[in-house]
Amino acid sequence: MKEVRIHGRGGQGGVTSAELVATAAIAQGKYAQAFPSFGPERRGAPVAAFIRVSDTQIRTREKVYTPDIVLVLDPSLPGLVNVAEGLKEGGIVILNTELSESEVREKFGIQSRLAMVDATKIATEELGLPITNTTMLGALLKATGIVDKEPLFEALEKRFGRLAEKNKKALERAMNETVVTG
Amino acid sequence: MSKRVGIEVSIAIAEAVGLARAEVIPAYPITPQTHIVEHLSEMVANGELDAEFIPVESEHAAMSCCCGSSAAGARTFTSSSAQGLSLMSEILYIPSTMRLPMVMVVANRAMSAPISIWNDHQDIMVQRDIGWIQTFAENGQEAVDLTLHAFRVAEDRNVSLPFIVNIDGFTLSHVIEPIELPDQEDVDKFLPPFKPRYKLDPRRPITMGPVGIPEVYTEAKVAHDMAMRKAKRYILKAWDEFAEIFGRKYNPVESYRTEDAEILLVTMGSISETAMTAVDAMRDDGQKVGLLRIRLWRPFPSQEFRKAIGKAKVLAVVDRCLPPGAVCGPVGAEIRSLLYKIPGAPKIFSFVAGLGGRDVTVARFKEIVDKARQFAKKRPRELYEVIGVREK
Repeated sequence: MKEVRIHGRGGQGGVTSAELVATAAIAQGKYAQAFPSFGPERRGAPVAAFIRVSDTQIRTREKVYTPDIVLVLDPSLPGLVNVAEGLKEGGIVILNTELSESEVREKFGIQSRLAMVDATKIATEELGLPITNTTMLGALLKATGIVDKEPLFEALEKRFGRLAEKNKKALERAMNETVVTG
Repeated sequence: MSKRVGIEVSIAIAEAVGLARAEVIPAYPITPQTHIVEHLSEMVANGELDAEFIPVESEHAAMSCCCGSSAAGARTFTSSSAQGLSLMSEILYIPSTMRLPMVMVVANRAMSAPISIWNDHQDIMVQRDIGWIQTFAENGQEAVDLTLHAFRVAEDRNVSLPFIVNIDGFTLSHVIEPIELPDQEDVDKFLPPFKPRYKLDPRRPITMGPVGIPEVYTEAKVAHDMAMRKAKRYILKAWDEFAEIFGRKYNPVESYRTEDAEILLVTMGSISETAMTAVDAMRDDGQKVGLLRIRLWRPFPSQEFRKAIGKAKVLAVVDRCLPPGAVCGPVGAEIRSLLYKIPGAPKIFSFVAGLGGRDVTVARFKEIVDKARQFAKKRPRELYEVIGVREK
């Protein structure tokens, strides 16, 4: 079982990201859960969402405390929140950042494996908005094998209708531009 | 063939209510139940469900409308949570003794104060004695299945009682997970149209709900109690029929790894899944631990519960509700009362956990089992223990 924690700000679509990954994983025959950090969310405030994906039935309702993967949608969050908190040994933090690996490690003190992409730039250019939730899914696909691209695209089409094309393009660009460290 | 899809549990419940062909839905939104009635109102507005959706001004009005709708012979559904459910309270006792079938899904939530929108079982335990049949779901599939089952049982002429399906707020209501939504054809096979024995009809006037003078009130209440006791047979029968059509079998009490178990955890609702994982971990450590999950809460399945205990020496009962000044939590009290002075009955220890959204983790279940083991050796000073309190 793989556990994912998504950090975003209220309104950035972190819950939607979680939903898309879980529905896609279920569509490809896996078991999955997606859930928000339950509560009254406020626009702009740091929020989290969670995903579990497994080959067998998931029998827990615990929150995710020790993620395998952390996905951070907003570049300002690693300075405010300890995004690597509870990360499993060998886990990976996936960041939306314009910084280099050494800058990230120095500034935020993250020791784990990293994947980095400037998703804000991609989203602004491809979608016309700095909303990075779908773009960052490209980084997730590149850095992990948690879900396949095809069912994820189908989930995007179902969710966004005619807007899916732009989101798919942003996602694919992020896949190409994501840098994964050793 | 129905297919397993990733869907939010609340939306799946609304779809199930649609598959059940509900005819009248008076509802008022309240977190964490809102997505259920929101989706139903969309289904009605989009013409996908041929029903009256009544956007009432309060939960009190919602339940009042439900009474009228059921009395007029319509398949009736509503949903609520916490303080909203309590605002219905004045009316909740009425359809049950009047034997008006309807189904309500309660997305369980803590009672304020302090203000909390998060999950526990306080809201429904406040309404424990309203005389409705009550079940608790463990996961999203069960929430869907129990909703369909509830209509079938409530409207059975041998039962004719209102029915509450409890689902944990947020930990079930807001989770996207794999759920198999049944086919309409199968649901129609399982759930025939609602044909009440009596209904309000101006052409054939009858009186419903007259005053119960002291000469008849006791008899009316005894009749209600008898109906609840008799209902168990039809609840089980409907689960058998459900299994035949849909292939999923439900029991009033489910046993998990209870063979040769010395200590049994007792749970209700979605924490049961985490409890199973905890039992697996403790079994791996060589501990003889098992789990009893109560699915049918009212009428209480006394016979089945006694049988399910087997040879266990200790029961650790987990309540999601803390009634101040009581002997212990309501589930603990129920089981102590059920097993009192039964020869060979296990020692019963009552625990309270998971109030107002506090997570009940695998580690907490291990802590509960450890404490129960200690208590069995040395009787505790208190009649219950609240787990995980940060300061005492």
